[in-house]
Amino acid sequence: MRYERPPEEFLYSGHIACPGCGASLAMRYALQALGKKTMVVIPACCWSTVAGFFPSTSLKVPILHTAFEAAAITAAGVKKGLLARGITDVQVMAWAGDGGTFDIGLQALSGCAERNDDFIYVCYDNEAYMNTGIQRSSATPLMSWTTTTPNYALKETPKKDIMQIMAAHRIPYAATASPAYPEDFLMKMRKAKEIKGLRFIHILSSCPPGWKFPSELSVKISRLAVETKIFPLYEIENGRKYKLTVEPKGLPVSEYLKLQGRFSQLTDKDMESIQENVEEEWQALMQKIGKKSKIKNRSKGA
Amino acid sequence: MELVISGNEAVAYGAMLSRVQVIPAYPISPQTTIVETLADFCARGKLKADFVKVESEHSAMACCLGAASAGARTFTATSAQGLALMHELLHWAAGARLPIVMANVNRAMSAPWTMWCDQSDSLSQRDTGWMQFYCEDNQEVLDTIIMAYRLAEKVLLPCMVCLDGFILSHTYEQVEIPDGAEVDQYLPPFNPPFKLDVDAPHSFNAAFLPDVYMEQRVKIQEAMEEAKKEAKEVDKEFGQLFGRSYGIMEEYQAEDADLLLVTSGTITGTGRVVIDEYREKGEKIGLLKMKMFRPFPMEDIRRVMQKVKKVAVVDRNISFGATGIFAQEIRSALHHHGEGTAVFGFIAGLGGRDVTPATLRSIIEYTKGREYPEGDIAWMGVKP
Repeated sequence: MRYERPPEEFLYSGHIACPGCGASLAMRYALQALGKKTMVVIPACCWSTVAGFFPSTSLKVPILHTAFEAAAITAAGVKKGLLARGITDVQVMAWAGDGGTFDIGLQALSGCAERNDDFIYVCYDNEAYMNTGIQRSSATPLMSWTTTTPNYALKETPKKDIMQIMAAHRIPYAATASPAYPEDFLMKMRKAKEIKGLRFIHILSSCPPGWKFPSELSVKISRLAVETKIFPLYEIENGRKYKLTVEPKGLPVSEYLKLQGRFSQLTDKDMESIQENVEEEWQALMQKIGKKSKIKNRSKGA
Repeated sequence: MELVISGNEAVAYGAMLSRVQVIPAYPISPQTTIVETLADFCARGKLKADFVKVESEHSAMACCLGAASAGARTFTATSAQGLALMHELLHWAAGARLPIVMANVNRAMSAPWTMWCDQSDSLSQRDTGWMQFYCEDNQEVLDTIIMAYRLAEKVLLPCMVCLDGFILSHTYEQVEIPDGAEVDQYLPPFNPPFKLDVDAPHSFNAAFLPDVYMEQRVKIQEAMEEAKKEAKEVDKEFGQLFGRSYGIMEEYQAEDADLLLVTSGTITGTGRVVIDEYREKGEKIGLLKMKMFRPFPMEDIRRVMQKVKKVAVVDRNISFGATGIFAQEIRSALHHHGEGTAVFGFIAGLGGRDVTPATLRSIIEYTKGREYPEGDIAWMGVKP
């Protein structure tokens, strides 16, 4: 299934994102899908600068900047404020990084998810605190280099599974997306737009300076993350119904890892263990997607 | 209509009469019955508002930030730890120039755990850009909530209405409930000059570089200065419509006083009784009730105090390493202006310890017995 990209752009050229920034591409697609009647809420993250310093803006839609840990509830507040004024046709989109989602913003996000507040929450996940200069977050993958997980002290724990956390809240819609797959991305944003309640989109957002790769490889690396099954593209409806939206080729993870300086100190053995880890996660996802559980409930009295 | 209601219920009636539209709130003692009453008003359709059961006070204020930026009238309430958790967002609300109104039920800060009254919680938020008003009784609480919206929406600054925990929040008094239509006349619907709008898209709270940030701060200070005048105006108009007026401060038996007792919150009521006793004995002792703390009424303080020999300030708070906060601010207002006035600073009633007529008599006697204060702080009622 292919989607034509709508011609209208809501991201101005001349914004100050780094060359090859996955998050700028992601914002462009997100707003193309949502259209003019959208308001964007941005907590502290790369996008609080990419959006422009006063008096500039890089978006053609209203922006409300808010505190680091408050993206979700500020967006919920905007929606409630609009409803109080009788405005019902505006989408509110919270747009936060992984730090503002997986770490400091998780409490407010969980609160909104539990109440099923009506807005779209997008996490553009570049797998570390990139705006402050590459410090580890709970979204940083296993054995990745950052300035706070330096060589000889690489990250010891795997990435937090935010999709499972969101699914556990039984929100109406959650999906992963990648700027390397614009048709899939637009389809998911458009689908999200039609749903009421909390919609969560998790984007793996490639970061040339943070991941240490040349900017021209940004889309390729984003694509490899999907093809190696490191970042599967799928959706979850109501926390229960899983669906794979892009069939990956199943390339070896080393093809993804070897292109990035943040993994440059990994040995072949390390890569093998990451490969095993990815396989396990994939199998777990497959089970949720298609296969029926082999465990049968015992009938009464048995 | 007259009702016998608690201070917290007076807050809820004030919010309801102000036709607040979005109420994000989180329970904390002794504020809780405000949240419960408003939830009940909303559930029964008495108040047409979105009551948002947020998961923390931080989120309560962030939700107010979002809703007010979208152009809705917002209200929340908290106490002590909850207010401290909001601290970051208090700066956001003021910096974003949002006229959010919040009731703070004064409660002492932990550690150690405590639930009882003092004013350290709100006073320690004095530098956030919020206006602050302290109330003496339940009628004043209700009236001040309504006036707070008029003032906040006029000068575009958030406003905190403070009431002493338990002493007011859980005490029932007879309160005149203003007529809804009259309140509507006094407080028109909220229509801010700047709000999020898809047809006029702007970026709110975007980063300011050093070449513009200072000017934005100057504007907040100018709004505070404007609020000093507007607060009097708003109170005067309220008085004309409803027959009750409080001023930004109140001088009680103060015209010819040599000694002025300075109080805030419920200690004022106790103070009035004690001042009456002294007046009956023919002693020239008066009282100054501090209602407005932010903006701090420097000029009025000077006007009232310059002619007085001694001032005895009762602080139900402490700024550790300095002094009581009211005493500190009064001394700073008088500096270079009232060298003839001796400012005695007393700290009393922390963590809910009673401040009785006897406490206030001791304060007055202490002040009468000395020409100048012996130190910057005199502690009242502290056990050896």
